[in-house]
Amino acid sequence: MSRYTFGGDEHIFVEVDEEMSLEAFFTSLAMTNAVRDAKIDGVTEICPANASFQIKFDPDKIHPQKMMDMLKEMEQTADKQEAKLNTRIVEVPVYYQDPWTHETMMRFRDRHQDPEATDLEYAARVNGFDSVEKFIEAHHSAPWFVSMVGFVSGLPFLYQMVDRSRQIQVPKYVRPRTDTPKQTIGYGGSFTALYSVRGAGGYQMFGITPMTIFDPKQETPYLRDFMVFFKPGDIVKWRPIDREEYDQITADVEAGRFEPRMKDVEFSLDDFNADMDGTNAKLMEALYAD
Amino acid sequence: MPINVITSGIMTTIQDLGRPGYYHLGIPMGGAMDRLAMRAANLLVGNPETAAGLESVFVGPELEFTEDAMVAVCGAELPPKLDGEEHPTWTALEVKKGQVLSFDFLKAGARAYIAISGGIDTQPHLGSRSTYPIGALGGVDGRAIQPGDSLPLGKPGVKARAGTSVPVEHRRLPGTTAKLRMLPGLYWHRITEESQRSFFDDTWKVANEADRMGYRFQGGRPLDFVPREQPFSAGSDPSNITDACYPYGSVQVPSGQEPIVLHRDAVSGGGYFMLGTVISADMDLIGQLQPNTPVQFVSVDMETALEARKHRNSLLASIRETLS
Repeated sequence: MSRYTFGGDEHIFVEVDEEMSLEAFFTSLAMTNAVRDAKIDGVTEICPANASFQIKFDPDKIHPQKMMDMLKEMEQTADKQEAKLNTRIVEVPVYYQDPWTHETMMRFRDRHQDPEATDLEYAARVNGFDSVEKFIEAHHSAPWFVSMVGFVSGLPFLYQMVDRSRQIQVPKYVRPRTDTPKQTIGYGGSFTALYSVRGAGGYQMFGITPMTIFDPKQETPYLRDFMVFFKPGDIVKWRPIDREEYDQITADVEAGRFEPRMKDVEFSLDDFNADMDGTNAKLMEALYAD
Repeated sequence: MPINVITSGIMTTIQDLGRPGYYHLGIPMGGAMDRLAMRAANLLVGNPETAAGLESVFVGPELEFTEDAMVAVCGAELPPKLDGEEHPTWTALEVKKGQVLSFDFLKAGARAYIAISGGIDTQPHLGSRSTYPIGALGGVDGRAIQPGDSLPLGKPGVKARAGTSVPVEHRRLPGTTAKLRMLPGLYWHRITEESQRSFFDDTWKVANEADRMGYRFQGGRPLDFVPREQPFSAGSDPSNITDACYPYGSVQVPSGQEPIVLHRDAVSGGGYFMLGTVISADMDLIGQLQPNTPVQFVSVDMETALEARKHRNSLLASIRETLS
């Protein structure tokens, strides 16, 4: 089953699967939840990732081998659990082909595999779309699953909730950029990443959201409880917006008037696998119920 | 009563022992890169080991004191000066109100830890005052200190004695060829046996890209990968994996070229394979490596890693005992 390996004397790294799938993600989530619930003395960090997870512990309190034996035992229990999740679906407005990521991509064309095309033109072409518009539609028509939060402060990685044959795949930049605008919608491999802060990045840039997702000062009303918005298991629906609406939402965010549209939902992986389009339609219904 | 920052050096940040518990959200634990030095400096001035101090890289700041205080500088050999007069490192030093603390040139190591009695009392974020600029957390408004800043101090605790010092045999700096012990693992199987050997045989050098996030190394032979069909979503480069968590101290080698060891302000995850992890006992040493320092990675097993950790713990216990 999973592959267990030590990350020095303070970490155990567990690779559930070499390749990404929602099944692997759900195992990782179930395992990390089980470790959290077990409240093991000495465990200091519990980090679920896309198809793997990592535990950090204090080897003065628990011997690494004992820690690993406990994890392996937990996998047997977690395996039997039904892949179900009480979570939320969130609508995130996206201004595709915005001027800011465009300006940034033009500064780093020498690091791109196709300097003559924009990131979206390149992504559309390698995925067999005959127009950028159709590609954008494919990007926002189905919902996405937050399968990891990390890299830097509160940055979510999202996985497209469609059959593998329809999944978008785009190589990352040949060499990473030293700059990415804050709140860029990026793409690398089979993941969308929403850059929570400005900084280095290697993902293709598709657009930008006016929605703040990381606020260390916690002044944004929906981030008062905690500075990071996303957590693994969240479901996201991108909603395309134009410049006018982008400016409006930006002003609302700054004035503390913006509240993201979101609803609590139950997600079952078995139901999803049995009928992806039907499950997604129900999620949309729940999101736009009022 | 605060300390006034006159000049700030190249990069001087407020650090304590960090904010564990948020790595799953991409917020690293941060804190002093050389924790033993930070703890020792605090002990010398009568602070709890968890108090916040300053971490200076290569060049020290100039600080004006508006009240009497005790100061200690540990870690790198960056000799402190009071009103121009030089004083020893690893030693408690009395500073009078109105005096200016400055520093001579760096003699050895890379990062000096400046502890001040009472500790720096800026606003903690998520349980720590450590500066994490990417997330704008801790420090002064989430950034390194700047000329013109006033750093508030807490109430001094235990009375410290001027002139007390950490015995030389308890101080720790890397050798001229630094040896970093590493436990192979994680995605070690991705490189060929020949590359597994060359990685440890070759002498690497610290590159210029060496900071709190990670240290890059150059000069060894590029690594060859065991051929495979790349797994779905892992990316096309043989060094790519499905994006995963990165352990602190893990060694990633993008495209098999230049190893990067992630440190206290690590990115929490990404899509590069890692071939192992520097053991916890040697993490402090990395923070003291200057660019161009020759480095040898040494393969160790778990037992050796735990022995080394025990040894490091007993070193700290000796320092505590000496200074109590």
